[in-house]
Formats: sequence, structure tokens, C-alpha cells
Amino acid sequence: MRPSSRELLLGRGILIFVMLVTIVPFITLFVTALHPPGTYPDGLSLPEEYHWDNFVLAFQSADMAKMLTSSVLIELGVVPIALLISTLAGFALGHLQVPFRRTLFVVFILGLTLPFEGIIVPLYYQIRDYGLLNTQWAIILPLIGLFMPFAVMWMRAHFVNMPQDLTEAAKVDGASTWQLFWRVHIPLSRPAIASLAILLFLWTWNQFLLAIVLVDDPTKRTMAGALGAFQGQWGTDVPLLCAGSLLILTPVLIVFLVFQRQFVAALLQGAVKG
Amino acid sequence: MARPWRSSPGASAPALTEEPPGDIRSRRRADKARRLRAGLPGLLLVAPALFFYALFVLRPLAATVQYSLYDWNGITTAEWAGLDNYVRLVTDPDLIGPIVNAFQLILYFSVIPVIFGVIAAAIIRKFGESKLALASRTVLFLPQVIPLVAAGIMWTWLLASNGLVNQGLALIGLDGVTRAWLGDFDTALPAVGIIGAWVNVGLCMLLMLAGMTKIDPALYEAARLDGAGAIREFFAVTLPAVKQELGVAIIITVISALRSFDIIYISTQGGPGNATLVPGLEIYRLAFFEREIGQASAMAVALTALVLIVVLPLNRITRSESTS
Repeated sequence: MRPSSRELLLGRGILIFVMLVTIVPFITLFVTALHPPGTYPDGLSLPEEYHWDNFVLAFQSADMAKMLTSSVLIELGVVPIALLISTLAGFALGHLQVPFRRTLFVVFILGLTLPFEGIIVPLYYQIRDYGLLNTQWAIILPLIGLFMPFAVMWMRAHFVNMPQDLTEAAKVDGASTWQLFWRVHIPLSRPAIASLAILLFLWTWNQFLLAIVLVDDPTKRTMAGALGAFQGQWGTDVPLLCAGSLLILTPVLIVFLVFQRQFVAALLQGAVKG
Repeated sequence: MARPWRSSPGASAPALTEEPPGDIRSRRRADKARRLRAGLPGLLLVAPALFFYALFVLRPLAATVQYSLYDWNGITTAEWAGLDNYVRLVTDPDLIGPIVNAFQLILYFSVIPVIFGVIAAAIIRKFGESKLALASRTVLFLPQVIPLVAAGIMWTWLLASNGLVNQGLALIGLDGVTRAWLGDFDTALPAVGIIGAWVNVGLCMLLMLAGMTKIDPALYEAARLDGAGAIREFFAVTLPAVKQELGVAIIITVISALRSFDIIYISTQGGPGNATLVPGLEIYRLAFFEREIGQASAMAVALTALVLIVVLPLNRITRSESTS
């Protein structure tokens, strides 16, 4: 069935409109970032002179090199560990006979909808007692825990759908559980693990609440947390704030554009499964 | 289900070695032991995940409930307060306000994006594989990828008194309505809501589109043959087919409204007055600025419960649809 040309036109129109609404804020941000620092320009207006040096200025004044390093450190602390332990747990819950399997399943599910705000107060005192406030560990350790419900459920859903025959065949060949896991299941699970890795990377990078509560020093936070501090510091200098925001957005935008297919797939699946 | 493994391994292990043939009891016990031993690797694999989850989620969650029953400023000794904090939560207008605001935000964060998303997707579905539609996938996901903080900063600038929104309004002759949208008591909450709608609308649309591309085109042929118009077709064929995606979109966006924090922290800090104060921000303010740890915790328990109460029924609907 071919859609009528009127329907096509309407559809195109809507699509272009939504895309414009999505893009325009980014363009305003970019154009404003080129105005002379310290001015208060109109929303969408080209400056008389392009101040590309605003980006350099914002980079230096916000100590952005340190912020980037800190974010990368936090990513390296969170993502590999979270991936490893959630894959192990998901494999066990999805594919092995585990005592209290149903109970464990329900316990993990409970955490799926938990708002981070719900536990942030005691978490602050707990992290303080560990002496970890104002270090990257204050974000890394709780974040691993907070990701577990989603990550374990995600990997479990994947392993549940793996055919049991595979396991049986491997067992007949004399494979131990460990060999079964590493040699058979992990190679077959690469897409599921990769999607999960993308989601965890993104959620860590964008984590804001933990960063502002548990870490005072913006150069030891995640990028989103650092951006919050940057706004507090430069909120009155609009062009510089816009330049800084763009710089902070750039890494995640690059990663997104490079892996966009995987991103879209992961986010859609993540939405449906979560 | 889990029963057979509940006995301790030590108690039944000897039975395994000296099992008299025919004795059902000891054989059963041996079975238990064997299963427990078979289950041990599984338990070990779950252990690390459970450890992090228990230490950094379950423990603070229990502590939140505990704190909520005390009057504590974070420094001196806490005093038992019973349910006082909860009583204040439902009687003090300053504390109900944020919860009411959160529910109002559902309109902007959830209702508008979902309705718009489902209608737009139904129209776009017809050329879902065109270049334009594929490009839109990338563009519409941008708001999902960037930090909410960045969305907040961008829109604070767009909604400022000399921002693009007012520029546009002036351009079409509506100079009269221009204002600092985030600073006005009447418009601050809707303005914050619009930011949320901007973030969520692309996701909703793409979720719906993903659901609709799975629909068998023959269904549409049949509907057309029966003389159904575009609107009948939408309600009879399209909508029932995307029930699960619809449920998912509603759940995600409703949660994002109830637990909104980042956007509001950046754009209004809850102001002007308390016009845009939401539970997440109120917890933060109470705990770390007012030093009312007990009251903040009661609010945190309420928020957690609220999310569960709203999500569980929705979840049941989508799950039963998908399994049947």
C-alpha cells in the first residue's frame, strides 16, 4: 500500500519540525558561544566578530583537562567492574540452578525503579564514614551498586534466551561451568554486553546527583557534575558558559555519532527491558 | 521452588556417603545436598553483584527508612520522632507543594511527549525507511544522550528574557507575552516542563516507531478494505499493536517527571519562591542545607514509594500484554 502524497507531505513536515526543535537549542548554544565574553547577546544573533578563543578560555578557566581526566577515571572504575559482575550474576540467574533464585530475582527487580534521591542522604554519611568523600571512589562505588538492578536484569534476560542445548552439549564435552561461561557464553553474548557497556558509559558520564552531593571539587567529578559547577561559576558570562557547555558536550556527542547505531539500539532496548 | 536448598550443606552431607538403598528420607536429603552443591557456583557468581547492590543500595535504603523516624541535624544525637516527619509531610503545605509540582510535571514530561510521539510515529511510519526518517533517528536521540544538566543550561538560555523563545514570539507580533519564563511565578513550572518535554519527545516517538514497524502491513490492507479511515485505522490497528511500547514510554517518562532533579537544579533551583520545587530537590535542600535529615529522609521514602505505586500497575499491564 502506498501512502498518499498528502500523508507523505504531512509526515515529512512533522518530522522536519521535530528535528528542528531538537537541533535549534544546540545551534543557539554554538552561536552564542562565539560572542565576546562578558556580553549578554540576543538569543540567536551572529556576533560582529567570531570569538573562537572563548573555547580556549573556557577550557583553561574551568580546568577542563582535569575534569576530563576525572570523568575518564570514573568511567574506567565503573564500567568494566559493573559489566563483569553483572554478566556473572546474569549468567547464574539466567542459566544455572541457583538456590533462592526467585528471591534474588525479586530483590534485584526492587531496585529497578529506585530514584537515586531516595538513598542519597544515608549514602552521604556512609561514604563519609569510609573517608571517601571528595574522591572519585565516592562516585564509582555507589554507582556500581546502583547500576546492578538494571545490568543484572539485562544480562539475565539475555542468558535466559540462550538455548539450553548449548549448555548440555558443552557439558557432554566435559566443560566445567567456568569453561562453559568463558568459552561458550561470553563469545555469544558480545552484542548484549556491548549495548550494556554503552548504556553504563552514558549514565556514568551524565551522572549529576552523586557528583554534586559526594564530591565538592569539580575537577574530581563526572562531566555532568563539573558542568553544574561551571554554571555556578560562570552563569553570568553567557558566551563563556555556552562555550564551556559545548566543550563538555563534545566528547559524548563524538562517541554517540561514532556508535550511533549501537546507541539507538541500546537505548531503545534498554527502555523496553528496563 | 527455593525450598530444597534451604537446609545447610553440613547437616545433610554425611547422608550422602552412607545412604542405605531404599531409604527415601535420606535419599531426599542427599538430593538436597547434591543440589546445593550444584547451586554453589551459581551463588558465587551472583555474590559480587549482590555485594555492591546490598552495600550501596539496600543498606542506604534501609537507613533512609530508619532516619525518617528520627529528628536529626546530622551532628548531635538523633532523637526518636516516630511518624512525626511523615505527619508533617502530609500536613505542611511547604512539603506537599513539591509533590504536587512533580505530579504536574507528568503532564509535560509524560503526557505531551507520549501523545505527540504516538501520533507523529503513526504518520511517519508510512515512510519509516526513507533517508529523512533514518536521519531523524540520530537527531531525535541527541537530547537523550547529552547530560540533563546541559539541556537545562541550553534551555535556561533559550527561555531567558532576551533568549530565542522571546525573539521568536516578538517576531510573530506577540511582544506582549514575552517574559523571563523561568523567573515568572505563573510560567516557571510549565517552562521547566517544556525542557522535560523536549528531552522526552524524541525517545517516545522512536519507541512508538519501533513498535509500529513490527505491524503486519496486511492488517492495514484489511482495515482499508473494511472502509476504515485514517483515524479508525489508528485506533483499531496501530494503537493496540504498540501497547507494550506505549506502556514503556509512559513508565519511563512518568519516572523522569517524579524524580526530576538535574534540569530544575540548573534552571530554577526550585524558584521563584517554591514554584518549581520538586521532591528530589527538596530532599537535597532539606538534608544538605537545612540539616533536617529526618524530614529529608521521610520525603525520600515518600518519593521512592510514590514511584513504585505509580509504576507497578503500569508495569503489570505491559508485562501481561507481552507474555500473553
